[in-house]
Amino acid sequence: MTELTTFTPASAALGGVLIGLAAVVFMASLGRIAGISGILGGLIASPRGSWSWRLAFLIGLLLTSLATWRLMPDAFVPREGFPLPLLILAGLLVGFGTSLGNGCTSGHGVCGLSRLSVRSLVAVMVFMAAGVATATILRMVFWS
Amino acid sequence: MSTAQAMTKPGAFPFGQTIAALLSGALFGAGLVISGMSNPHKVLNFLALDAQWDPSLLVVMGAATLTALIGFRLAWRRQTPLFDEQFHLPTRRDIDRPLVLGALLFGLGWGIAGYCPGPALTATLIAPAEGLWFVASMLIGMMAQRFLARNKAAA
Repeated sequence: MTELTTFTPASAALGGVLIGLAAVVFMASLGRIAGISGILGGLIASPRGSWSWRLAFLIGLLLTSLATWRLMPDAFVPREGFPLPLLILAGLLVGFGTSLGNGCTSGHGVCGLSRLSVRSLVAVMVFMAAGVATATILRMVFWS
Repeated sequence: MSTAQAMTKPGAFPFGQTIAALLSGALFGAGLVISGMSNPHKVLNFLALDAQWDPSLLVVMGAATLTALIGFRLAWRRQTPLFDEQFHLPTRRDIDRPLVLGALLFGLGWGIAGYCPGPALTATLIAPAEGLWFVASMLIGMMAQRFLARNKAAA
């Protein structure tokens, strides 16, 4: 189930800078937080007048992620054999949780921390702690 | 968020907003794949504290946050964003139950499968066998929360 990965500081830093630049472009041009869960969630709720930039953001994200992966297919090999019920449960939790808490790794994480928002700092500490605890326990119990 | 959205004048800067959002999304998507954040193995090897611990995602978050920390301050030197009449920044400061409970549930789901919303979206194309199931479930989760919140507000 688990696959070894190595510490890749250079590509992690480069990718991180690109994600940060994406947030800066969004802030400078639209004046908004580039939070994936918020942009996606707003598309479902469809407030009038905002669907075009929400959709444009998602299309840009999908296109370059595919193109980048095509250019560097070694970046990752799709996982196989992950239990479908767990995948669905995780998806429900991520959707419900980010909607209830108003943000995810991008909105509370990257954008919130760089705005020095206390609310976001609390959210990040909680979801990091929950993520670490869950992943560590699951691996110890089931997949070691 | 709802008040900020209500104040948006629809279609005031449609072309500039759309192009800028496309560019931002494009940078985001490339960043997610290059950084390794799109790879659930790498995410779980960061979240699971064991002998295989891979600290790469700490570098991703650090680099992204530092870039935004500097870039936001440059962006805020203007009175308004390029393609809107005002900045739409969150104004709430209270630490309430929904914030903490939401983050907790999100962290649980993240720790189970290794996908947060951005990498889940990229997975719909580069790992569709997982990505489509995950994103469909995530959208249902989002809609369920909104439905419950609306009912609660109406009651």
